[in-house]
Amino acid sequence: MSIDAIDRRIIAATQAGLPVTSEPYAEIAGQLGLDVEVLMARMRAMQERGVIRRIALAPNHYALGMTANGMSVWDVQDDRATELGAQVGALDFVSHCYLRPRAEGWPYNLFAMVHGSSRDEVEAKRAVISDLLGPACRAKDILYSTRILKKTGLRIRGEG
Amino acid sequence: MRRAPLSPDVLDAEDRKILNALQDGFPIAPHPFAVAAEQLGLEEKDLITRIRHLRELGAITRFGPFYDAAAMGGAFCLCAMEVPEAEFEQVMTLVNAHPEVAHNYERTHRLNMWFVLAAETLEGITQAADAIERETGMCVHRFPKLEEFFIGFRVPA
Repeated sequence: MSIDAIDRRIIAATQAGLPVTSEPYAEIAGQLGLDVEVLMARMRAMQERGVIRRIALAPNHYALGMTANGMSVWDVQDDRATELGAQVGALDFVSHCYLRPRAEGWPYNLFAMVHGSSRDEVEAKRAVISDLLGPACRAKDILYSTRILKKTGLRIRGEG
Repeated sequence: MRRAPLSPDVLDAEDRKILNALQDGFPIAPHPFAVAAEQLGLEEKDLITRIRHLRELGAITRFGPFYDAAAMGGAFCLCAMEVPEAEFEQVMTLVNAHPEVAHNYERTHRLNMWFVLAAETLEGITQAADAIERETGMCVHRFPKLEEFFIGFRVPA
């Protein structure tokens, strides 16, 4: 998934968002001194390569009432972890889903962030995951966040 | 970012339709709002006005391309620490002082501090985690992603 210097400039110019105007791509192209057709072709190519995951609107889930979330963690038997992880990730209430290494005192290898309008709802959705994993899951837990200690965006620079 | 729920009557049916539809994707075209508006049975101008309004209300956090963080170059690692309550604030200050610490959350577990390290290289991750261990005298458990799954997450509006 390599990106060249022009792609990098496009990423830097659009990572905070697109202008909400009639011709947003022409506006970005103008800022970068590119032809709009070139810019659109490059963005389509990045989308095909998976560098752009999607172009979309991200609703603020807190504003829309999804105020509860928990990091659910699962000890899933290794030979089924990829298959089951894919099924958990596809659920519409899971916003992040990863396999990670276990650690001493930490038997869990599957992490899934679960969202809902209340903690009860999160627990109900967690039960759905538990049913889906079945006997392939040997241990489980959920960690609720009690405080944001730091939050900064991930940003790249346009040059270099 | 707004964390309080909006009163449900702030959004009308058209707003909800827009929020639901544009989560799935937005076109690359010379007049993309006209393309999207047509599918929603709206006028281009109306769609633009409503998206701006939704943004002002705090109903939208982002609008545009979502990039794969690793594809943009860089390394990331989820880390966790077991911090005694009495030392929590002090350790938090030491951890947060590192520019590599992108997010940091207090969580309900024996491992009660969870943060993401972001650096240009894997080596940068190791250096930051090792430095935090030296400064705090505590273990930084590292949970790099081994596999990431496609996400079907949608927020019903």
